Parts: sequence; structure tokens; C-alpha cells
Amino acid sequence: MRLTREEVLHIARLARLGLTEAEVEKLREQLSNILENFEVLQQVDTTDVPPTAQAIDLQNVMRSDEVAPSLPQSQILANAPRREGEYFRVRAVLE
Amino acid sequence: MDFETIIGLEVHAQLLTRSKMFCRCSADYANAPPNTHVCPVCLGMPGVLPVINRQAVEYTIMTALALNCTISDYTKFDRKNYPYPDLMKGYQISQYDAPIGRGGWLNIEVDGEKRKIGIIRVHLEEDVAKLLHRTSPEGEDYSLIDVNRSGVPLMEIVSEPDLRSPEEARQYLIKLRSILQYLGVSTGNMEEGSFRCDANISIRPQGSSEPLAKVEVKNMNSFKAVYQAMDYEAKRQRKAAAEGKKLIQETRGWVEAKGKTVAQRSKEYAHDYRYFPEPDLPPLVISREWVEEIRARLPELPEARRERFIAEYGLPLYDASLLTTSKAMADYFEDSTKTAQFGKLPPDRAAKEVSNWLLGEVSRILNANDIDISQFREKVSPERLLGLILSSHGTINLATAKSVLEEMFQTGKDAQEIIAQRGLSQISDAGELEDIITQVIGANPQAVADFKSGKEAALKFLVGQVMRATKGRANPQVAAEMLKRKLA
Repeated sequence: MRLTREEVLHIARLARLGLTEAEVEKLREQLSNILENFEVLQQVDTTDVPPTAQAIDLQNVMRSDEVAPSLPQSQILANAPRREGEYFRVRAVLE
Repeated sequence: MDFETIIGLEVHAQLLTRSKMFCRCSADYANAPPNTHVCPVCLGMPGVLPVINRQAVEYTIMTALALNCTISDYTKFDRKNYPYPDLMKGYQISQYDAPIGRGGWLNIEVDGEKRKIGIIRVHLEEDVAKLLHRTSPEGEDYSLIDVNRSGVPLMEIVSEPDLRSPEEARQYLIKLRSILQYLGVSTGNMEEGSFRCDANISIRPQGSSEPLAKVEVKNMNSFKAVYQAMDYEAKRQRKAAAEGKKLIQETRGWVEAKGKTVAQRSKEYAHDYRYFPEPDLPPLVISREWVEEIRARLPELPEARRERFIAEYGLPLYDASLLTTSKAMADYFEDSTKTAQFGKLPPDRAAKEVSNWLLGEVSRILNANDIDISQFREKVSPERLLGLILSSHGTINLATAKSVLEEMFQTGKDAQEIIAQRGLSQISDAGELEDIITQVIGANPQAVADFKSGKEAALKFLVGQVMRATKGRANPQVAAEMLKRKLA
């Protein structure tokens, strides 16, 4: 399945990503390839296989309750499109 | 038409782990400057991998066991998708169709009647970031985000719609919080937001199994608020039904200042959460060995402790219930009765006396200062309270003892020190009272004459004069005996 340019832009918008024209073309190619690979997978008969979200046979992966240093506040806020003092600032979303 | 009230509660309790649910950032968000307990995982950066905190799973199993739930053999996490700025990833990692525990119950008591309240499920999820709402000088509304709370382990406990009155709802919360505190899995502090409650409330005609419309109530920040909001809703719904209005399924918010609930968004437009299994977290298979190992470590729970207080200390049911509702209060009681020597007091009498002080004068101080027993304990240790109680048997009288307790609480000094400094100790020594009694007899010839002519009341007056001369410190029994002897 080949994606259209509009579909790529739509996905980018949902992911809040701004793309250049070159990136749109590059991603259109890559995403289309991924989807085609899934088309191959969809040919497998899964009638008697229970659905799973896990591709590998791992279970019970847990860690002990220990604290490790967090990132410095300056790094946490470094990519904020908008900040105010020690906080991220966003538009009001009130229901 | 008569209606009955149907209430189900959904409680979110933060777990007392050191680190967050899926990363190693400190979970102690309340005492940290904004955005300092944050890493790429809890900030929701692309490509990071969460890892499950084993302690949080154990605490949830523990709670589910204490609530008589069945522990799932197989459990997993799911993504609950919704767009809101407090959600860093755009989804919350929660549990959808395979919660850790399900099908339990807890007992409550209202007006002496025991009621068994069903627990539908106990599951584990993560808390969201904190939003602060602001308005700019230009009048633009905006929000500030502190991500420290994002990813703190949150346990959700959902009750069956078994509660039939606002008071039952309140008792359920008190009992549930008490259990969490006994387990040591949550502070259960509602005002600080570590214990939150949403409610579903509806009414249905007596005898019917069909409720009219289910209303979800949010924004209740104290036990009192839950009671008031439920009371308000039960009345509002009955009134609407009586007026023939159609009740709608909706979400309402409790507005504390106005004492009423206000419609929020309609449930028809409720979010579609698009739950799907969390691909980044392998499922958990909870072995029976693990469950039994945790069960063996369960501490004594409120009901068991209440029964033991009655059996072991000979306390009345009333005292035992009040003392054991708060684990910290029950601990304080036991620490003051266990560690010390009771002097002349028999142990059961001492236990009742400690209970009287805790439920009386100490509780009065807690209420007056809006603090809990743990904060009181920092000022007045159980040993010191017992020291004061023993002093009230002989050294000082009860009224003085109460004022000494107040000073102990204010200054952190111990009873003996205050009694000595303020010269409060009772004078029971005849030698010390001798001069004062002679003076009182000399200064009150009329009363002396009255007593000698058989007026018993005159003795009371003379004792009163001795008390006055000693600023209340004289032992009144000793003074009376001495007066009688001298005037005989």
C-alpha cells in the first residue's frame, strides 16, 4: 500500500511533527514500506492464535524500588516550546 | 414514590514507593522544586522504555489481599489514550481487562449495623503531571506544568455500587484509608491529594433494580466533601424525580464554596480511551508462592487490632474502635501503655486512662491545631504523655495536668520539668502546710466558730482558703484532715 502525501502530512500532524518537503517524501517511502511488510504478515493464518501485544516471550520484568538521579531541570525544560520560570507553559485546556 | 440511593466509589491512592512506577526518578514530588524529579521516561520522550517497579506491584497485591480479592495469575498493563496536557505521553499506562485483584470486599459499620461492601477491582497505574492554572495580565488563561508527579504509582480501588447513603460512603472511605495506612502502602491523605475519590451516584425506586441515571461526581477533596456532595446529589436527584424531570447520565463537579454539584461534560461525549495492551511492558505472571509470601507478611489490620485492644487492654468497644481507626493513634496508644511502668496504677486502669487522655484532651489539641497524631507525637512522646498521666495521680490535679499537657505540646518540655518550673506540684506534706493552716485559722474566726458549732460547710470554706493561699497546690484531703485535727 502506497501512502499519499496528504496521508503523511496527516500522520505528522497527529504526531505534532513539522516536516520539510524532502522529509515528507522520505517518510512516504519508509512508511509505505512498513505497511507493505504488514501486508505480508497479514497473510499468516492466525485463526487459533490468541491476540498478543508481545512479540517476545518475556514476562515478569521488574526492577527494585531504587531512586536514581533525574535529569537537571535545565535539560528537562530545554526543549519546551514555551516555559515560564521553572515550568512548562501551555495553553489553557479546561473542560 | 420512595427512592433508595445507590453509590459506588472509585479511589485513587498514591503508593509509598521511593521511586516512580516505571522509572527511577524519586516519587517524592511534594517536597521538590518543579520539574526536578523528571527523566526522559516520565517526561514521555519517544523511544524510552518503562520498567515496572516491583514494590508497587507488591503493595497492590498486598492491598488486594487485605480487601479479600482474588489475585490474578496473569496481569498486564494497557494504554489509556486521551489528550490532556497533564499526560506527558498522550496516554496513561493503566490496567484494563486484567487488573491485579478483583472480587473482594470490606466491612463497614453504620449505626451499629455491619455492612459488607463489595470491591470490583484493584489495579495499578501511573499518576499524571500537575497543572497550575494561571491568567496573564492580558486576561489570557494558560497552564503551567510540573512533571514531578507524572509517573508516581497510583492504585485504583473500585467498589461495587453497594453503598446506600452518604454516611456509608464516608465510612467506606474511612475504613479503606485505615486499611491502606495499616498496610503502610499509602499516606491516605485526601487534602494533599494522595488519596482521591470519585463517586457514582444514582437513585432508584424502592424495590426496583433499575437506577434512573448514573451521575459521576468529581472534585471532592475531603471526607466531609464526599459526604456533603453525596447528600446534595441524593436530594437533588429525588427532587428532580419528584418534579417529573428527566435525570441524565452526566459528570458533575463538587463546588465546595457553593456547597453544590455543577454539571461538567455530558457522558455521551465521554472520551473513547482506545485501550490497547502496553507493548513496552511484558505481562506479569503472579505465582501463588509470591502471593502467599506477601500474605504471610500482612500486618495486623484495623478490625483485628480493635478486637485485640478489647481483649488485651480491657477497653470498651467504643474506645477500641476510635483508637484503631488511625494506625498512628493506635501505635501511640500501645507505645504509651507498653513501654512504661504504671506506678501504682493497675495496668487495665492505666490503659483506660491513656485512652481517655488520647480521645479527650489530646484529640482536643489535635482538632484545635488542625494536626494529626504523628505531628503531636513529635512534640509529646508516648512516654511523656504517660509521665504526665502518672503525675496526675498524686503530684498534680487533673485541671493542672490538662494545662501542663498544653504546655508540653507548645514547648516540647516534659511534664516533670514544667511542674517543677511552675511550682505546680501538690503539697501533701503536713510540715509544709502547718504554717499556712495556722494562718488560715487565725484569719477566719467566724468560720472556725461555725465549724466548732457543727457547721460542716465551714470546713469546706477553710479548705478553700488553704487552696487559695497555696495557689491550688495544697492536697485538699490532707488540708482538711489537718484542719479537723487542729479544731477538734
